[in-house]
Amino acid sequence: MMRDLPDKNPDLFDVLALLPDRFASWFADNGWKPRSHQLDLLELAEAKKSTLLIAPTGAGKTLAGFLPTLVDLYNISKLKAGEAGSRRGRAHGIHTLYISPLKALAVDIRRNLEKPVEGMGLSVTLETRTGDTPLHKRQRQKLVPPDILLTTPEQLSLLIASKDARRFFEDLRYVIFDELHSLVTSKRGHLLSLALSRLHTIRPNLQTIGLSATVAKPEDLRRWLVPQGPYGEIKQSELIEVKGGAKPEISILKSQERVPWAGHSARYSMPDIYASIQQHQTTLLFVNTRSQAEIVFQELWKINDDSLPIALHHGSLDVGQRRKVEAAMAANALRAVVATSTLDLGIDWGDVDLVVHIGAPKGASRLAQRIGRSNHRMDEPSKAILIPANRFEVLECQAALQANYIGAQDTEPLREGALDVLAQHILGMAVAEPFQEKALYHEVISAAPFAELDRETFRRAVQFVATGGYSLKTYERYAKIRQNKDGAWGITHPSFAQQYRMNAGTIIEAATLEVRMTKASGKAIRSANSFRGGKRLGKIEEGFLEALAHGDTFMFSGRILRFEGIRENVCYVSDADGSDPKVPAYMGGKFPLSTYLAQGVRDILSDPARWNELPDQVSEWLRIQQYASVLPGKDDLLIETFPRGEKYYVIAYPFEGRLAHQTLGMLLTRRMERARARPLGFVATDYALGIWGLRDFGRMIETGELNLGDLFDEDMLGDDLETWLDDSFMLKRTFRHCATIAGLIEKRHPGKEKTGRQMTVSSDLIYDVLRAHEPDHLIMQATRQEAAYGLLDVRRLGDMLKRISGKIHHKRLDQISPLAVPIMLEVGKESVPGEAQDALLAEAADEMFNDLMAGTK
Amino acid sequence: MSEATARTLEDHDPCTDMMVAGERLTCDWAGCLFWPDEETLIVSDLHLEKGSSFARKGQLVPPYDTGATLARLAQRLAVWQPKRVISLGDSFHDPEGHERLPENYLAQLSLLMDNREWIWISGNHDPAPPKDLGGKGASEMLIGNLTFRHEPSRGPMRGEISGHLHPCGKIVKRNRSVRRPCFVSDGFKMILPSFGAYTGGLNIRHSAFDGLFDQSRLSAVLLGNKRVFHIAARNLVA
Repeated sequence: MMRDLPDKNPDLFDVLALLPDRFASWFADNGWKPRSHQLDLLELAEAKKSTLLIAPTGAGKTLAGFLPTLVDLYNISKLKAGEAGSRRGRAHGIHTLYISPLKALAVDIRRNLEKPVEGMGLSVTLETRTGDTPLHKRQRQKLVPPDILLTTPEQLSLLIASKDARRFFEDLRYVIFDELHSLVTSKRGHLLSLALSRLHTIRPNLQTIGLSATVAKPEDLRRWLVPQGPYGEIKQSELIEVKGGAKPEISILKSQERVPWAGHSARYSMPDIYASIQQHQTTLLFVNTRSQAEIVFQELWKINDDSLPIALHHGSLDVGQRRKVEAAMAANALRAVVATSTLDLGIDWGDVDLVVHIGAPKGASRLAQRIGRSNHRMDEPSKAILIPANRFEVLECQAALQANYIGAQDTEPLREGALDVLAQHILGMAVAEPFQEKALYHEVISAAPFAELDRETFRRAVQFVATGGYSLKTYERYAKIRQNKDGAWGITHPSFAQQYRMNAGTIIEAATLEVRMTKASGKAIRSANSFRGGKRLGKIEEGFLEALAHGDTFMFSGRILRFEGIRENVCYVSDADGSDPKVPAYMGGKFPLSTYLAQGVRDILSDPARWNELPDQVSEWLRIQQYASVLPGKDDLLIETFPRGEKYYVIAYPFEGRLAHQTLGMLLTRRMERARARPLGFVATDYALGIWGLRDFGRMIETGELNLGDLFDEDMLGDDLETWLDDSFMLKRTFRHCATIAGLIEKRHPGKEKTGRQMTVSSDLIYDVLRAHEPDHLIMQATRQEAAYGLLDVRRLGDMLKRISGKIHHKRLDQISPLAVPIMLEVGKESVPGEAQDALLAEAADEMFNDLMAGTK
Repeated sequence: MSEATARTLEDHDPCTDMMVAGERLTCDWAGCLFWPDEETLIVSDLHLEKGSSFARKGQLVPPYDTGATLARLAQRLAVWQPKRVISLGDSFHDPEGHERLPENYLAQLSLLMDNREWIWISGNHDPAPPKDLGGKGASEMLIGNLTFRHEPSRGPMRGEISGHLHPCGKIVKRNRSVRRPCFVSDGFKMILPSFGAYTGGLNIRHSAFDGLFDQSRLSAVLLGNKRVFHIAARNLVA
């Protein structure tokens, strides 16, 4: 038969022999050629190798990943075609598992995979299994497994913890991990790696295929895919790397409008963005936070004179609504979608021909990923426009462009396996079948993230699962798992299997309330005996709603809503046309500026020759700064002090991201307090840190009363940090996550919280008690481990303090400098951090005190 | 009133007085109430052995809550030196709680009870007074102008001190909310915050508090870090 053979690579002739005729002609019929990496992967798979495939978006990665499976299933069916009794020509059991980080992706891939399967007339069964799969279907899948099961990491954990796991996976040949780069860096990846270690035990010849976007260190992923040696030997999978396709065309919006000093809404750019939407077929608009998404959506509709179909998509919206948007997008029925990272991963989005990124890209890898969204074909350049929301973001965007960001990778390094995840897995394994401690230990350390785990820590984790692992041994009789006469650990009661299933997974969502429409007013909602709300809009974090009072308005789900009241975990709202709505604040919605881009911004600032590349209004701003004060240098730290109103300000410009600056602000104000400088508060942005108070800081620095060297000494990251951290709300939040993952406290389940707060023990209270009585407990250890990584910015802060040591440049000014304007605009907007809660209480108490004083006069 | 706002955090005290039925009562930042005229310390909702109660049901929370609660109580007893202690009910998280009390905590508690009058008011979690612990059990107790009971009564009542509801007050300032356990009173009745290490709270704006207080005279004392904050009703939100 005729084949359109690529002639550059002679090896392909051998490889093509692996491709059955039916496959070859399917490629030809569609006018395609198999790509060399697709064939290379097939060859390695046939040679029983596990492989990591790194390729840019649009390189046919998914088909490459599934080709070995399809070929193998085809060969098996041909081989057994004559045999009677075998329904599909092979035994029961899953042949291939496909694991995707997103439910939507699993659904989408199944749809895409059906095309080649039908096109080639293969008798292959494909099914998805996600949290949305109905119970009867899941049960049926257990009895009659499909050839290919597409699922999520959480579902896999549940599957391996079931009693029939060994039978279910006895025929498993391949596991395909999609978007592996996004899976491995989190605790979710740790749990998945442990599940994989069990699969390797069940099927020692199991082969893995990892599909990934470009990453900084492919070795990490290659290790992750294969079992590590029992004596610490490092094992790696094979690697196929496809270099990037056409370079994307990226530009920074050059607007006639004034770029604002501060803020993140980019309102000024809406007419420009709207014009771009009009000029393109389909535009994807990415923003960094959900609140930004709401604002941008509102602003675009305000000027949408042509009534173009523009939709909104973010993780808090009702699932039904999101699916509708996804379907409309796939059908090319939309002209634009405003989206957050829920759309970051490789879902196929129809014919997107423009990506607009609002706000600074923050990290180079993230930007590359998002731009890959446009024009899903590798050989044509993607088109993207960056929209800086304020002046510092202009610098950041410029730095991103000049850094040749597509090549620059700043993905997070892999972390050591988390102990809370390990504890969850241990319970899961006891649920599946009784385990021998030693055997499970060796299985666990075959997973790359846990390769360094020592036996003693593992033993403590088992003890934790059994009785809580406390040094006060009072819970022996309540043990969840116990050793039987053969020494194998098994669960003591079936209810613990149920408990495991209810709490499995590592995704701990912040407590959220459902948002529903109503026509009733606040009073009626609280007092009516039976009450039914209207349309569901989605979910909002409790913390935001707690700060709302009846009648307040806010933006959500693309509308302006009035807060009516809360009843039994539902927040009721009505339509409003408020002019100054609050915007939902979502936790963790903000990405910090990456170290890489921060350096880029400092480079631009310190080199006036490069200012010409910037928009006039921005270069003008820097020139005035040069005249009025000085500019931050490449490696030093600029500190400005000036009076304003009745207060004095210190502004530092470290450019290390908001989180690092917040930590720095907390530590600096403590030190300044000790130096009797009496700071009153601080505010942090991605670029700078501002502290204010009633004493003349500038003068104190000049007279030596306040020593900047001492103030910024590296040792602040020692005891000061430790003391502060232990009390900080961040550590408590981290503890809650760890304790939930480890099964120490139960996950919150929507609808199951009606019993009220009195019936549960809050994790903050547990934290306080545990910290006081057993600070070295496994979960405290897990919490600190997490904080050290999660507050990566602590490390970053350390690097910064080291860098600037002896290079602090103080400039005392009579008035605010141009560079300080953006952060000064944030003063007052910024809420006080958790530690200042007592100050707020004092304020409220003073109101009463003042009333009393007024009364006595 | 801007000249009056120059107060700082330091101007707030570790305790403050509230008047109930003409009696001066001191609200302590740790969540206990001292009645100077009677040299009596009142605590509510200790919920001792709540940890082991959860462990029994499969949630192995740290078994140190009883120790933490008793240590805090010991500290406050040392400060106030009361002749009498009233525990306003739910002293144990469940009826078997006192039987599970580990040896060392039992000894600690006995030490606290030594040389003073000790009254266990019964609560819904511990309807019967704990056996073998000493002290006096009662469902309700009248001393001078004040009645001590576990659950607050509906209807008007002059001089009632109770617990049970674990009151919490919430304020919103600068777009942030702060929620803390509190003493709440209208001058006729008072409800104490819960004292136990593992006890949470219920907002005083919750419907469970409906009809309990004269709203026009209501105020609350919120517990801070070694300080208390007396806050007016209008600042206390749902």
